[in-house]
Amino acid sequence: MSILINEDTKVVVQGLTGEQGKFHALRNRDYGTQVVAGTRPGKGGEQVEGIPIFNTVKDAIEATGANTALTFVPPAFAKDAVLEAGDAGCDLIVCITEGIPAKDEAKMYDLLTTSTNAKLLGPNCPGLISPGKSNVGIMPHEITQEGNVGVVSRSGTLTYQAVHELTRINIGQSTCIGIGGDPVPGMSFIDVLEGFQLDSQTEAIVMIGEIGGSAEEEAAEYIKNNVTKPVVSYIAGVTAPPGKKMGHAGAIVSGNKGTASAKIEALTKAGVNVVKNPTRIGQAIKDVI
Amino acid sequence: MNLFEYQGKELYKKFSIPTPKSTIIKSKSELQSDHGLSFPLVVKAQVQVGGRGKAGGIKVANNDAELNQFIDDILGMDIKGHLVESLLIEEASEIINEYYISFTLDRSEKKYLMMLSSKGGMDIEEVAENSPDDLIKHYISPSVGLNPPDIEHAVTNAKLDFEYKDQLIEVISKLYNLFVDNDCDLVEVNPLAITSKGVSALDSKVSLDMNAEYRHEEFQKFEKDIPIPDSEKFAKSKGLNFIKLDGSVGIIGNGAGLVMSTLDVVVEHGGKAANFLDIGGGAKAETVTAALEVLETEDDVKSVLINIFGGITRCDLVAEGIVEATSGKELKWPITVRLDGTNSKEGLEILEKNKNEKIKISGSMDEAAQIAVKAGQ
Repeated sequence: MSILINEDTKVVVQGLTGEQGKFHALRNRDYGTQVVAGTRPGKGGEQVEGIPIFNTVKDAIEATGANTALTFVPPAFAKDAVLEAGDAGCDLIVCITEGIPAKDEAKMYDLLTTSTNAKLLGPNCPGLISPGKSNVGIMPHEITQEGNVGVVSRSGTLTYQAVHELTRINIGQSTCIGIGGDPVPGMSFIDVLEGFQLDSQTEAIVMIGEIGGSAEEEAAEYIKNNVTKPVVSYIAGVTAPPGKKMGHAGAIVSGNKGTASAKIEALTKAGVNVVKNPTRIGQAIKDVI
Repeated sequence: MNLFEYQGKELYKKFSIPTPKSTIIKSKSELQSDHGLSFPLVVKAQVQVGGRGKAGGIKVANNDAELNQFIDDILGMDIKGHLVESLLIEEASEIINEYYISFTLDRSEKKYLMMLSSKGGMDIEEVAENSPDDLIKHYISPSVGLNPPDIEHAVTNAKLDFEYKDQLIEVISKLYNLFVDNDCDLVEVNPLAITSKGVSALDSKVSLDMNAEYRHEEFQKFEKDIPIPDSEKFAKSKGLNFIKLDGSVGIIGNGAGLVMSTLDVVVEHGGKAANFLDIGGGAKAETVTAALEVLETEDDVKSVLINIFGGITRCDLVAEGIVEATSGKELKWPITVRLDGTNSKEGLEILEKNKNEKIKISGSMDEAAQIAVKAGQ
């Protein structure tokens, strides 16, 4: 089994009528993902390339049995869209939207977790793919291959780099997950690591972190106490200057907090093999499986 | 975006948070003779760097002669590499007690965090280190907010002067409203002082969440008054995320993580990046052309590395952008290109067809970094 999504996952796309939403939803469908519905208030009854559009997520779920929402709505409306998907009963909400204000993210997370059981991936993430089964998001499936390595990352393109390094030497993946680079991500490294540890398909784990916050340190503590599968890690931003936001809103070294070296040290102490260059991820995994 | 002290205090005034009476000047001639301020006056350099007091950027003037002298001394001063371009001149306060207060978002707890301490006026990281019991932390659920009883509890725990309890609760409550309503990443007052005239915010450190710019008109007004390098301004106008660094290998990549990693790999091979430049997801040919234009404005660049892993971004469009920006031109520096992912085959064919002896293609990120570092030496 992969984690979070598989061949039975049924996706409703929020913002399917937008350019980005349409492009990626159709790519996901071409890959074999069950993209069963789209939503756009006021456009219920219409279709996008055969995918029915509904006014609300609730209507979409009632008509199609969708259980996962994929959100492409603009930043100003993303909070309400995610909460709507949660209220309507989605088990998993994958929020691709970049540029949501931090206060909206904090409120969104707070309300979602106190009033529903939905899991939130993102915002500002590339989504996730269980190769051979389902792709929910914007990851290029061409570089993936079905197999036994779980990949989790705060960065989109760096995830692709890591997956590419694995596939290149014929090592496949169980599920590849981007948790996003924003200050208030929904699912954390720990949530995903827990899933990989329990997943029978996953034999080893790649975890890609970056400067800012303390998610990697918390993950290191969790790995030390709970993860028995081998973990290979890479941390981006070793040479990033303090006080500068390196692209991601969350990627900033403030004072002496959030540095790459502290993260590398914590992970190394937890028994994780931290490679210094992303092109060495493939070989490091090969060495442990 | 970090604000200057005076900009933060403008926001304080808007939220009726008491601050000393003041004026802001960019040159001596801007100081009106009838400024209406009473001596003694504090002349404060407006720079976004700590330790300005120790560096001589804050002086107390007791009369006009001293005021003139200090304005001359401090305006134009270099404080840790920051040029002093404006001065805040404000009435000095009679300080009875100095406290510390801040509001931030705590990423681990996913809640707002209020920190309060009776040890104001000093480096709060030292307080946290040396006497952690003096720093009160209160987490705030974003959907519930901060209520007066919570504040009273924190004020009591922090052992602040209870005689001023009501005033403190009112000011703290207003600071919280500013933090939330104005989409701040940080609101910090150090010191929040008890003065002879009551509670007053003597300093301000405010950072704004630029993702919320669309719902705050004044963010742009503040941004205009914050000096940033021309290259960063130009890049922003083209929708590029550019940060100037101090090396000589110009970097262009897609995705923050990959670009950050590219900087690291360049260092690993003995070079140093001249910049961080993320063309973002789904870049078109003109985005890449603009990125190369940005690097052309940078004198320190000796070699350029383009590292693309296409996801939403299509490598064929990136290649078109490179060709457009470079064909028929005498290139200032050698370019090393690595294209992988979506449509990389098509992209490489485009570069092959439009051969340029200064452009080298590499099959891997690691090798590309090596070549780029060497080419710039």
